[in-house]
Amino acid sequence: MSEQHPFGAPVTFRIGGRPYEGTYGDSLLETLHRYGYEVPSLCHHEAVSAYGACRLCLVEVVDKRGRHKITTSCNFPVQAGIDVLLDTPDVVRHRRVVLELLLAMAPRSPELRALAAEHDVPGGRLEPDESAEDCILCGLCERVCREVVGANAIAMSARGTAKRMTTPYDAENPACIACGACVYVCPTRCIGLEEADGKRTILRWGRTLPLAVCQQTGRAFTPQFLLEHYAKKLGGLDEKVFRKAPPYR
Amino acid sequence: MRARLTSPQALEKLRAEIAGRRDPEKPVLSICAGTGCVAYGSLKLADAVREEVEKRGLGDKLEVRINGCHGFCERGPLVLCHPHGFFYQRVQPSDVGEILEQSILAGQPIERLQYVDPVTGARAVKQQDVGFYKHQMRVLLEYNGWIDPTSIEDYIAVGGYAALAKALSTMKPEEVLDAIYKSGLRGRGGGGFPAGVKWKECRNAPAPDGVRYIIANGDEGDPGAFMDRSLMEGNPHLVIEGMILGAYAIAHPGHPVGYIYVRNEYPLAVERLGLALEKARELGLLGEKILGTDFGFDIQINRGGGAFVCGESTALMASIEGFVGEPRAKHIHTVVQGLYNKPTNLNNVETWANVPLILTRGVDWFTSIGTGDVSKDPWGGSKGTKIFALVGKVNNTGLVEVPMGKTLREIIFDIGGGIRDGRQFKAVQTGGPSGGCLPASHLDMPVDFDRLTEAGSMMGSGGMIVMDDSTCMVDVARYFLHFLADESCGKCVTCREGLKHLCKIVDRICAGQGREGDLELLDEISLTVEKASLCALGQTAPNPLRSTMRYFRDEYVAHIRDHKCPAKVCKALITFGINDKCTGCMVCARNCPTGAITGERKKLHVIDQSKCIRCGVCQEVCKFDAVDVA
Repeated sequence: MSEQHPFGAPVTFRIGGRPYEGTYGDSLLETLHRYGYEVPSLCHHEAVSAYGACRLCLVEVVDKRGRHKITTSCNFPVQAGIDVLLDTPDVVRHRRVVLELLLAMAPRSPELRALAAEHDVPGGRLEPDESAEDCILCGLCERVCREVVGANAIAMSARGTAKRMTTPYDAENPACIACGACVYVCPTRCIGLEEADGKRTILRWGRTLPLAVCQQTGRAFTPQFLLEHYAKKLGGLDEKVFRKAPPYR
Repeated sequence: MRARLTSPQALEKLRAEIAGRRDPEKPVLSICAGTGCVAYGSLKLADAVREEVEKRGLGDKLEVRINGCHGFCERGPLVLCHPHGFFYQRVQPSDVGEILEQSILAGQPIERLQYVDPVTGARAVKQQDVGFYKHQMRVLLEYNGWIDPTSIEDYIAVGGYAALAKALSTMKPEEVLDAIYKSGLRGRGGGGFPAGVKWKECRNAPAPDGVRYIIANGDEGDPGAFMDRSLMEGNPHLVIEGMILGAYAIAHPGHPVGYIYVRNEYPLAVERLGLALEKARELGLLGEKILGTDFGFDIQINRGGGAFVCGESTALMASIEGFVGEPRAKHIHTVVQGLYNKPTNLNNVETWANVPLILTRGVDWFTSIGTGDVSKDPWGGSKGTKIFALVGKVNNTGLVEVPMGKTLREIIFDIGGGIRDGRQFKAVQTGGPSGGCLPASHLDMPVDFDRLTEAGSMMGSGGMIVMDDSTCMVDVARYFLHFLADESCGKCVTCREGLKHLCKIVDRICAGQGREGDLELLDEISLTVEKASLCALGQTAPNPLRSTMRYFRDEYVAHIRDHKCPAKVCKALITFGINDKCTGCMVCARNCPTGAITGERKKLHVIDQSKCIRCGVCQEVCKFDAVDVA
């Protein structure tokens, strides 16, 4: 433990033996990415809190006393004196099994298939989940919806192998503003968004909202409901701002 | 309502007053009302006793006390008659008159209610004469068969809250903490982390507003385990006193806030703890200005919703906060940022119960029990006693408290009375569903935290399931993998998906569809589940699988390569047949649910394998031993 440093204090640590500057408490994964190291990850995004669900961003951390441990880096706080080892034989072995498990969950996902090929994941050993919605339960959509958008429209339901990401009671949720943030962050693109006849549908959540038409171009650009949500949330702005798509405001 | 005690001396005065009111020679009839005995009808027995006492006008001649669990659940309902200490088992309401007449009034034992050792044939007059009790060291459970858990006076009469009085009047918080540190007390909930180290880290963690949470984990979810339940139901004040002392040591001066997290499936524990807290508050042992000092602390009960994973500390804290019970990574320890992101010290119920004993009897007493040397390093050994729930195929099942370091053989054969029905010992699973299964070669291993971990199992919270030679170890692994897959919170991939696939593969092996390479695949996946899962549930979940693969590998091979289940358990791998001992009595044919058995009266019967569902009913009902399993 590095109690002598308050969170946010500058610390030095090592990556593969080489010294680096970091900030105590920062996400190790983000710090590694910032320094240009490649560590695969599916459930992390800088805009939201770390969750540690996909187990892909494994690294081997050597602490000050020389003890080695395998850990995910997204939720590991950068701290003084550690040495972070990437791609050690243990990391590679466990990451491969993790990818094999993920691929069995979302066997059709091109993103996962590419990642699995890149890491030499053996195929055909595990029974793939044929009924899968290609969702790997990374929880990114839920965190974006709650922490960034503030809509709280979706959540995990049930537990263990029955766990699912869904709307309350699997029904169309009026809290959803069809902003599409969940669609954007989804690593396996299993949520889906469709726009037709002046309406936007978030396929997986079964939410359809009419789109507002831009006064400048006459084209539909965003759900009317979403505009109202932000008009209320931001407050005090000239209501005319919301009648045009962003480039024409 | 009693007035609050305003000083440690006032508590001692009250203790003397209670002692003065009680005649040590007055007979006491103690009836076990632990869960096992209640199931055997001990509440009806208690009613019968009260009725009979009333009828005979014996109200002032004896005291009837309803206790928590006495431990020997196998033989309930249990009754103890003081002051002679007569021990009676399997007591029925019809025995009450005789007990009152003979044992209470005349002071004579009743032979037919005594326990007879099945091996030696010796009669046990007192509890200590019973092999089950003789080889135990009952320290935490000492008063379970004596006090009424709803009476704070009973607890005070046996020295209760003396540790608190001593600490508040003569010790600084740091000194209390130091005593626990030096005692080498390690967490009884599973991990075996030294309590003193945890307490110190929590005390040293910055808490700008002074709030530190003190939590007792009573979310005991292991199938067949009831150690914490028996403490909470049988001696709740012991746990509460431990927590108050912990709050003093960890968070005084400051604002300690206490929670006891109890699973809602333990309604009696919830009720008795609630009552105990209320009584302690009345006496000024909880609340502001405890015993008239400037130390204040209170505890509330939080009822768990029945998720096994909520026994994991961070999931438990999420649950108290009102969120879904999912663990989070503990890279920042909960002693620094726990409940509501404040420093939080969580210990298991049994750990807390040790604290008052260490303070009253001393560190030297505590370290004299157990293994290793903790004088330099609290990790250096396992000190004190441990309570186990001894269940499965042993003769004497029940709650067992032994010093650390007792061997598995002593626990299973001396205390447990050996294996049932003359069968052979095969394996013992320690540590609950995610513990490992140890074979006969480990019977002489001393039971402590480190030895169990080395052997591929763990202390866990203290479940101990004994298996005989009719058990299929692949089937055992399958059962526990399914339990853990169901109880996984489902947050991280390795635990949720890893266990799911391990289940599928082992299911396949048990169904006779094992393949070449399955063992290697099981090995590979289970190792990743162990090393790369987020919380202790996932990290220990492969234990039953890995330990059975390590010690009973030939059984896996038999399943996979030979499509045989050596223990004749896995239904897809066995066939039922009728041998020539068959007398043609037709009982099997009448009982077969699928009509698979045909044959004429007094002639050999035959089983149609295509209709047989291998339920085993024919074997059960056959009086002539004519049904074979192959």
